[in-house]
Amino acid sequence: MQLTRAGFLALLWLFVLAALRVVRSDLYAASGLRVAVPGFRKSTAAKMRGKAPRQLVVTHGALAGTRITLDGRPIMMGRADDSTLVLDDDYASTRHARLSLRGTDWYVEDLGSTNGTYLDRAKVTQPLRVPLGVPIRIGKTVIELRS
Amino acid sequence: MSTPVQGAVGPATGQNSAATEPAAPTRRGTELLLLGFAAFVVSAALMLVEANQEQQLTLRIVWYGLAFLGLFAVAHVAVRKFAPYADPLILPCVALLNGLGLVMIYRIDLAMTEKALRAGREINNDVPKQILWTTVALALFLAVLIVIKDHRTLTKYSYTFGLVGLFLLALPAVLPSFIAPTINGAKIWLKVGPFSLQPGEFAKILLLVFFAAFLVSKRDLFMAAGRRVLGVDLPRARDLGPVVFAWAVSLGVLVFQKDLGTSLLFFGTILVMLYVATERAVWVVLGLTLFVGGAIIAYNLFTHVQQRVANWFDPLATYADAGGGYQIAQALFGLGTGGIGGTGLGAGRPELVPLANTDFIAAAIGEELGFIGLAALLLVYTVLALRGMRSALAVRDTFGKLLGGGLSFLLIMQVFVVVGGVTKLIPMTGITAPFLSYGGSSLLANYVLIALLLRISDAARRPQTGARPRPVPQAPIAEAHTVMVQRPQVERPE
Repeated sequence: MQLTRAGFLALLWLFVLAALRVVRSDLYAASGLRVAVPGFRKSTAAKMRGKAPRQLVVTHGALAGTRITLDGRPIMMGRADDSTLVLDDDYASTRHARLSLRGTDWYVEDLGSTNGTYLDRAKVTQPLRVPLGVPIRIGKTVIELRS
Repeated sequence: MSTPVQGAVGPATGQNSAATEPAAPTRRGTELLLLGFAAFVVSAALMLVEANQEQQLTLRIVWYGLAFLGLFAVAHVAVRKFAPYADPLILPCVALLNGLGLVMIYRIDLAMTEKALRAGREINNDVPKQILWTTVALALFLAVLIVIKDHRTLTKYSYTFGLVGLFLLALPAVLPSFIAPTINGAKIWLKVGPFSLQPGEFAKILLLVFFAAFLVSKRDLFMAAGRRVLGVDLPRARDLGPVVFAWAVSLGVLVFQKDLGTSLLFFGTILVMLYVATERAVWVVLGLTLFVGGAIIAYNLFTHVQQRVANWFDPLATYADAGGGYQIAQALFGLGTGGIGGTGLGAGRPELVPLANTDFIAAAIGEELGFIGLAALLLVYTVLALRGMRSALAVRDTFGKLLGGGLSFLLIMQVFVVVGGVTKLIPMTGITAPFLSYGGSSLLANYVLIALLLRISDAARRPQTGARPRPVPQAPIAEAHTVMVQRPQVERPE
């Protein structure tokens, strides 16, 4: 009697622990959301140069905090539903801008948007190379590439 | 599972041999494993109840366990097909809660039948009805998962949802009492033949969808600052509309239906969504001020609110009164009997607590599984809400973020309100514990909620298939001479 009572409680907690194990394994898995692992960004500044960008981070705007892992496919930004980054922003066009990989560098180009795309302070009129950590501004959204 | 996606990537992008990461795992295997575990735990619980209640231990229990597993296996297969990247933890957590709820309801049925036999009466058992409701709820779950291929389509019908939600919320208050009877002091039911429904449960979700869509489209309005008073940016007076609206609706629910729980839930959820949308603490402060104001008004106007508060302060003082502290006191006695380790499943006396299989099921579980067991269940709820919130964080559109955050919060707030009430942390406000309690409407509505959460988590974890190869108007000169190669069609299940 006592044994079954304790046994069932142990079983219940085993379930909770199994669930938490999945949560834990997910934290480090390569999924849409990357969580900073302790020690991961100790010397980000030093590594900034000469490293390929690995993710796109939204730093300002409605989607702030969103991270997208770069895998070589082009990233479409705009209000269209099938964009990689869907911007709900009055200043964004349906197909606003595109980030694409050429060789080892990422280039941003404006797709004929109404309000323009800005790389740092300069308006993007032709495909421009995007260095790491330089902000790209689309309406109220600011994104940058990080390694 | 993900080979079609990977195969499509390779030739299209060419130069990035090193940069390609393995596509995100769907983790459906984990889900199935945990579902099996949940079914095992539920079967074990049923076995303990049968053993302690001196029923015959037969192979029947194994069959029940397998039937339960089969029911959720159907849901699992549907998730595999219609939302392959959905979160692997949500469904098993729901299965465990629902299963333990069924066992608890069955256990209380046994006790009530015995009590009725001794008194020479006949009573209806609740557990067959709850099993039926679970099946119907799972069917509805499948329907939502199949019909809503992308949560963003919901924004198109947001105003319809809002209107229907309001209509459903107001329906029981308006209808005459032969269709909408007053049960346990609250006029929130619709009775059609043998079935009774609580339309308010569905209204909550509909209104939440409406509010998420509304906030996304009018987000900038709430960001605009009005006058600055004492270093705090106050919102402009005309932007207060939605908060005041939510406040008025919750107060209306309180006045006309005498339903404290729903009104608290509704107001709290909308407040949190406003905060999530704007990141401005001033909304929370404003909302809490409105809440305190509303609470004071309600306290002074309605005797039933005064009664609840009196019961909360000292349940033993009003123990013998009609509508007094009897329920809460009995629940506290139950929890006290359970103590740290509980009396063991089937060995307690949960039938002594009134409404033990609906509002006070937390007390019944606390009595038989003790603090350790109740804490485990609360953790399962927390994991559920945590995964919802995580999906909301990871999803890439604002509507999904708001809806996911709101739904997860609605779920955990229900748990807080009901468990807080049972344990005398806050005044008791009669709502059901999601998935555990007996009650068809609550079960159906919460399964819809879970289907929407799964849909959002699927969108969040699905690897980006890139933009569709659509011809871009005015191709830049640098690309003008290159030929647009038709990319192998990426398989898009949407």
